Amino acid sequence: MNIIVCVKQVPDTEARIKCKDGANGIVRDGIKLCMSPYDEFALEAALRLKEQHGGTVTVLAVGPDRAKEVLKTGLAVGADKAVLVSDASLAGTDGRGVAVTLAAALKKLPHDLVLFGKKAVGVDRGQVGPQVAHRLDLPFVSQAGELAHENGAMRVVREIEGGQEHFEVALPAMLSVDKTANELRKASLKGIMGAKSKPIQAWSLSDLGLSAADVAPRLQVVHTEHPPQRGAGRIIDGEAVAAARELVRLLREEAKVI
Amino acid sequence: MTKILTVAEFHGSVGKPALEALSEARRLADAVHGAVATVVIGHAVGDAGSTLAKYGVDEVYVLDHVELANYNLASYASAVTAAFKASGAELVFVPATTHGRELAAYVASMLDCGYASDVTALFWANGRLEAVRPMYSGKVNGRVAFAGTPGVVSLRPNMFALGEAVDGRTPSVHALTFELPASAARCRLVETKAPQKSTVELTEARVIVSGGRGLKGPEHFGIIEELAGVLGAAVGATRMVVDLGWKDHSMQVGQTGKIVNPELYIAVGISGAIQHLVGMQTSKVIVAINKDPEAPIFKVANYGIVGDAFEVVPAVTAALREALAPAGV
Ligand SMILES: Cc1cc2nc3c(=O)[nH]c(=O)nc-3n(C[C@H](O)[C@H](O)[C@H](O)COP(=O)(O)OP(=O)(O)OC[C@H]3O[C@@H](n4cnc5c(N)ncnc54)[C@H](O)[C@@H]3O)c2cc1C
Ligand SMILES: Nc1ncnc2c1ncn2[C@@H]1O[C@H](COP(=O)(O)O)[C@@H](O)[C@H]1O
Repeated sequence: MNIIVCVKQVPDTEARIKCKDGANGIVRDGIKLCMSPYDEFALEAALRLKEQHGGTVTVLAVGPDRAKEVLKTGLAVGADKAVLVSDASLAGTDGRGVAVTLAAALKKLPHDLVLFGKKAVGVDRGQVGPQVAHRLDLPFVSQAGELAHENGAMRVVREIEGGQEHFEVALPAMLSVDKTANELRKASLKGIMGAKSKPIQAWSLSDLGLSAADVAPRLQVVHTEHPPQRGAGRIIDGEAVAAARELVRLLREEAKVI
Repeated sequence: MTKILTVAEFHGSVGKPALEALSEARRLADAVHGAVATVVIGHAVGDAGSTLAKYGVDEVYVLDHVELANYNLASYASAVTAAFKASGAELVFVPATTHGRELAAYVASMLDCGYASDVTALFWANGRLEAVRPMYSGKVNGRVAFAGTPGVVSLRPNMFALGEAVDGRTPSVHALTFELPASAARCRLVETKAPQKSTVELTEARVIVSGGRGLKGPEHFGIIEELAGVLGAAVGATRMVVDLGWKDHSMQVGQTGKIVNPELYIAVGISGAIQHLVGMQTSKVIVAINKDPEAPIFKVANYGIVGDAFEVVPAVTAALREALAPAGV
């Protein structure tokens, strides 16, 4: 089975994010970057499928040159191949533009299964997976929490509001992956050394037959700001029973939420 | 005239998030003398239209087909685009549920247009629709606008108020025919485990009581469940609690769990790590119960009690029982 995992480089979830003064966007300098956490779950799932059923795992990213770092991480934990699509015209694109680009790249990469994260943390869209699936007319299930390969199909379990759904998806297929039981394995020293000798295939938009117009954004961010900070409220003093009574009174009379 | 198409899945009834999307569409349309259409997708939808009428829909497009009884991404997306074409709408509003999020993205791709996902506010500005999207797990609010029409929006549940239900409206009803896309058969929903009747869904809950590692073990969650019971609340948990195997991942609140925004969130024995806070900090009122006065959760809490959960929580439950008991009983 040839599996491709789409991985995005994003700010670490612990990073302090600052909006640019008077301008649109966030300050990028000095922010620690990493592979989006859901993409890590997707990559681990791919490596396990390869161990059970054979085949190859390819990591694929769209981004600037520095995005090679997440591809190297992928190679170090056991991916066989890595592809980076990089182009100055991609700088201001939106989720649709990324989907257009990934779909074009995937046409050049043989695949039975393509995995995405349920959303890229940061932009928090959950847009790219379903849109690539539509463009390549492959079946798609988002937010897989469990996935297994059986008789040429994927069995997928996902949580929905208060319940669960079980799907059977014929290959070739695409899935986006939620948090699963299996965190991404740590790279071994041997893996890290080995990754250095594995090449990273680099493509530009024109290599994919695309132009800047194809990835022009249809949705624009016009302003960014920090949401109003929640101030610390009131500490209710006193022993448990009295404090509990006072809390209930405040919730009814002041906050009016019960 | 601006027309907004909202999407309503029908599985025995229309869910609250779909009615919220419709209510918001109605408010926005009223401001510009526009119209609201809703597409109902399912099987044996009966008079779903009368529920939608109460929330102010002008036109109902019905896709009632045995093949639509079960959710299927490709067929539901085809159904939405059929209604989009028939209605002549410019904007499509989809509730940002698990189904709605993938459906909205897929429909936007079929229409080859912009998509604003999981928005928390919508308004007219500069003669166009603008939306607020939390980014970086809520550390930043991005304001977004479409570069043209059409546009697709998914609306975060529990963020948009339900409109006042009004009787006596009679929308026009249009039954649409439906052609099953060939690709639908490649993805089969083989089983649905229905939610337990007694549990309140976190993303739709008005009140949530969540427990953290401070509860010391799964056997102690009883005090949380009892408090939740009195409040009619949903029960949540931290990732720590889920990773320790005390509770199921479906209950996890936070960055890698659910994003919730109830009116009241009570955090018990929860330290308040950033990854937890980003999942619940849009709650209207936050209460923290923690024995460590330095716990970061107090920095976002409207009301805090510093104390032992095993004393404070039962006391709160008792005080609530007393306060909420019908007078004279
Ligand atoms: C990529 C990533 C994603 C993550 N995603 C999430 C997520 O989605 N959701 C999430 O919750 N976390 C998430 N985390 C984990 C997060 O960083 C914290 O580890 C976690 O939230 C801590 O859980 P906790 O508050 O239950 O435990 P702790 O941090 O151990 O806090 C326990 C608290 O209980 C208090 N306590 C102890 N005993 C008592 C008592 N008797 N009475 C009252 N209080 C008591 C203590 O003072 C302490 O403050 C994520 C982490 C990473 C790296
Ligand atoms: N720039 C990118 N490069 C590679 N994969 C991406 C990129 N952006 C998004 N993806 C994939 O699409 C998923 C969803 O991203 P998004 O729709 O942006 O939230 C991510 O988890 C990745 O798997």
